[in-house]
Amino acid sequence: MHGQQLLLYEEDHRSVQAVIRQLIRDADALAIFVVDMNGQLVAEAGEVGDIDTISLASLCAGCVAATAGLARLVGENDFPVHFHQGRRASLHITRITPQMILAVIFDDRSSLGLVRLRVRKAVGGLARIFETLRKKTERPRAFGNSPFADITDEDIDNLFSN
Amino acid sequence: MSFINYSAREINCKIVYYGPGLCGKTTNLQWIYKRTNPKLKGKMISLATETERTLFFDFLPLALGTIRGFQTRFHLYTVPGQVFYNASRKLILKGCDGVVFVADSQAERMEANVESLENLRVNLDAQGIELATTPFIMQYNKRDLPNAAPIDEMRALLNPRQLTEFEACAPNGGGVFETLKAVAREVLHDLKQMSR
Ligand SMILES: Nc1nc2c(ncn2[C@@H]2O[C@H](COP(=O)(O)OP(=O)(O)OP(=O)(O)O)[C@@H](O)[C@H]2O)c(=O)[nH]1
Ligand SMILES: [Mg+2]
Repeated sequence: MHGQQLLLYEEDHRSVQAVIRQLIRDADALAIFVVDMNGQLVAEAGEVGDIDTISLASLCAGCVAATAGLARLVGENDFPVHFHQGRRASLHITRITPQMILAVIFDDRSSLGLVRLRVRKAVGGLARIFETLRKKTERPRAFGNSPFADITDEDIDNLFSN
Repeated sequence: MSFINYSAREINCKIVYYGPGLCGKTTNLQWIYKRTNPKLKGKMISLATETERTLFFDFLPLALGTIRGFQTRFHLYTVPGQVFYNASRKLILKGCDGVVFVADSQAERMEANVESLENLRVNLDAQGIELATTPFIMQYNKRDLPNAAPIDEMRALLNPRQLTEFEACAPNGGGVFETLKAVAREVLHDLKQMSR
């Protein structure tokens, strides 16, 4: 939202990374992405290979937002879990918090049952991390200066010079 | 909502192109896509109907360079302009850091422009955002058409506060990068204010 920021510090990134790496092993998943509701990629783990992760993040957020819209139309608050099954790969999407999404890609080495079970366990841990992060973001100044506090017009012009 | 990733040393900002149906929002992004160095852009995604009307959104990620060692990315989105897609417009507007309003200069589209601008105001308001305090650029597109309304008239109707504005002809790129630069500049200035 305008006037708000999402800040991800090194130590937060490490905690998120630890949880999703563990989840890759526990769920026998191929790849895992954490995406925020504005379509920005927050963390990834596993065999990302040549997946276009930026597009994936944007489409995941669009998909979750549209699904939540559908849920409200039928009198539900949200459909918090969705599952897209393909011939080889499948995609399992869950809400971590109202702002964060967990997307798990897996194939027939794993199963929907296993993924669902392990995801449920991991989501609790992730939710706690993002809750702490949200509180930190409310008072970012306590955590060092933003690199943008003293950007100049010249910095901005340089962005467009190539 | 901008996203500053200290771990990856990245900053992401979201810019939304808004405006009535067929005003040229998708055409703006197509030009930017066509004319941006392949190293600086990602794939352009268009979720469109068979007749190329935007159904959900267009998405174009740009990584223009670094500021203070931080890779600065802009995620450009367009909304579907057709009136009945309002639910989708609301979703896409969430978390935006800046807005470009693309107005259709054709005289017969003036009412559609006014309605769309009002719709933008209402949809931002529903998220607790005031249009007046959001980085905003006005683009008068389709200046090449013979039935284009005079700029003075359009300004009086659509931009009485005389915020930054550009004339454009999106299919041949006229005004397109000027508009993008201006909105990026305002978004970054806004970030600077917020960081203080
Ligand atoms: N003559 C002229 N035609 C334009 C201009 N800009 C866009 N067009 C044409 O207008 C038509 C609609 O453009 P789009 O970019 O698809 O419009 P849009 O705003 O994305 O429309 P929706 O997706 O329905 O909201 C296309 O045929 C464009 O080529 C312009 O500056 N001049
Ligand atoms: Mg369009």
